[in-house]
Amino acid sequence: MAVIEVEDVVRTFTVHRRVGRLRRERTEVRAVEGLTFSVQQGEMVGYIGPNGAGKSTTVKMLTGILVPSAGRLRVAGVDPQRERTRLARRIGVVFGQRTTLWWDLPLRDSYELARRIYRIETARYRRNLDRCVELLELGPLLDVPVRQLSLGQRMRGDIAAALLHDPEVLYLDEPTIGLDVVSRNRVRAFLAEVNAEAGTTVLLTTHDLTDIERLCSRVMVIDHGRVVYDGGLDGLHDTGRSERTLVVDLAEPAEPISVPGTRVVRVEGSRQWLAFPASQSAAPLVAAVAANHSLVDLSVREPAIEDVIARMYQERQTERGESTVVGVGD
Amino acid sequence: MFEALRAYALIAQMWVRASMAYRTSFWLTTIGNAVTTALDFAVIAIMFLHTSALGGFSLPQVAFLYGTSGMTLGLADLAVGSLDQLGQRVRDGSVDTVLVRPAGALAQLSADRFALRRAGRVFQSALVLAWAVSRLHLDWTAGRVLVTLMLLVCGTVIFGSVFVAGGAFQFIATDAAEVQNSVTYGGSTMLQYPPTIYARDLVRGVIYGVPLAFVNWLPAMYVLGLPDTLGLPGWFRFGSPAAALLCASAAALAWRAALRAYRSTGS
Repeated sequence: MAVIEVEDVVRTFTVHRRVGRLRRERTEVRAVEGLTFSVQQGEMVGYIGPNGAGKSTTVKMLTGILVPSAGRLRVAGVDPQRERTRLARRIGVVFGQRTTLWWDLPLRDSYELARRIYRIETARYRRNLDRCVELLELGPLLDVPVRQLSLGQRMRGDIAAALLHDPEVLYLDEPTIGLDVVSRNRVRAFLAEVNAEAGTTVLLTTHDLTDIERLCSRVMVIDHGRVVYDGGLDGLHDTGRSERTLVVDLAEPAEPISVPGTRVVRVEGSRQWLAFPASQSAAPLVAAVAANHSLVDLSVREPAIEDVIARMYQERQTERGESTVVGVGD
Repeated sequence: MFEALRAYALIAQMWVRASMAYRTSFWLTTIGNAVTTALDFAVIAIMFLHTSALGGFSLPQVAFLYGTSGMTLGLADLAVGSLDQLGQRVRDGSVDTVLVRPAGALAQLSADRFALRRAGRVFQSALVLAWAVSRLHLDWTAGRVLVTLMLLVCGTVIFGSVFVAGGAFQFIATDAAEVQNSVTYGGSTMLQYPPTIYARDLVRGVIYGVPLAFVNWLPAMYVLGLPDTLGLPGWFRFGSPAAALLCASAAALAWRAALRAYRSTGS
């Protein structure tokens, strides 16, 4: 059953730009342009794209914060724009850049407010809070005013706050931004557990691709307000024509090795780096190298997903004939 | 409606508790507010040491205007006055967090930064009003009592509507708080004095433009039994409920349009 349905959604913004000293120019910017996708119940989807691709805009339309300019949206069967408060009871939202917790009050007070605003039954509230406290290690933080929490602690606190009312859908906008490695891992483990246990549908926007590699079976890549890739992580490698790298240590320095279908990307003394398509097996290549050179050692490196996506954007841009280079991960 | 009030109460309660985190600051601002509003009335009292009437109004009559103007603005400010800071929230995009909660945005944003110390103005104005009533030596008929109560309720609604409309406007122009302040705080100061001291066009503006005259000037003419010097139809003195309804409807429409126009921030 599709929990999130998005059909031909468009959102435009009017941007005023200064031209000269006093004149201003109005331009229409399409943040999201004919976006269509659906997410099934229990799926955990990574939603990625460069800055300004329309990720946050999508999430904001799915929560009812922003009104779409055109198209149709449904979340858990509800139209976010028309029944925002009804939908709010069924979704949880975490904005990495913005806390929903009460700055001057102990963490516990924010949860108490959630209990009353969402009308969570006491037993259910207790159970959910206990579970969050245990898995996110919030116990010692409950009586600390939020302003005294570190960024990682606050993020964990925010995630717990979004889950107390058992939402069917959880949106996470950059949930690991600015966190240290330990906090990141804790947050990821917790999210995986919530998804597996409660069957919560999760839509995750992130710049940290490790989040996606660890958590998501499905990735949607968005660029210029359109979905340009939708599928598994493996498929992303194929689409991005990603390459694996064979690193060989030869007995003595040699000329760059020439094997059909591969290219040498780097030579350093007796060590050489050979790139080959990720879809191919490394075995024939190793055999071909070993036939002509004496091998001391070798290793195969998997492609980094950052590179895959960066290549995808570059290719799309050459197609469009644009010259700007879009970085991923900044 | 009940849901909205409940959400309002829950959030207001959180803010009261949060303000107690800075206890000293709470008491200092409370005392500060009381002193400044008291000085306001002292200015009027000092004026009457030199003259016995102001625009044909005696001191107790001006005190009646002062008390009713202060109380209605004070009540509106206590309830929805936080909306004049909405621009800040719109600019930094934190309205987002309000919109994902299962409660009306207006209720939540009105309760934002709820501060009990704002009750100081209401209390102080009520004292002045009580003093005025004791000195006016009026025959308190049922009609006078009723119109005074109507004045307090409708006046609060009219000022409240201006706050809401101003808040709505800040969704579009985030630094518009000053325009709204000139109508609310400026308007209230204006209403503390008799209408007879102002230029005709200004008075006309607050009757047909932003209908602040219906807050206390017009009903006060009936309560104080004064002749109409403005040359208005007699029923205007009882027109406050209609004016309040009109203001509230306009404010509600503006608010809905504003929420739809909300564009959040880039991230």
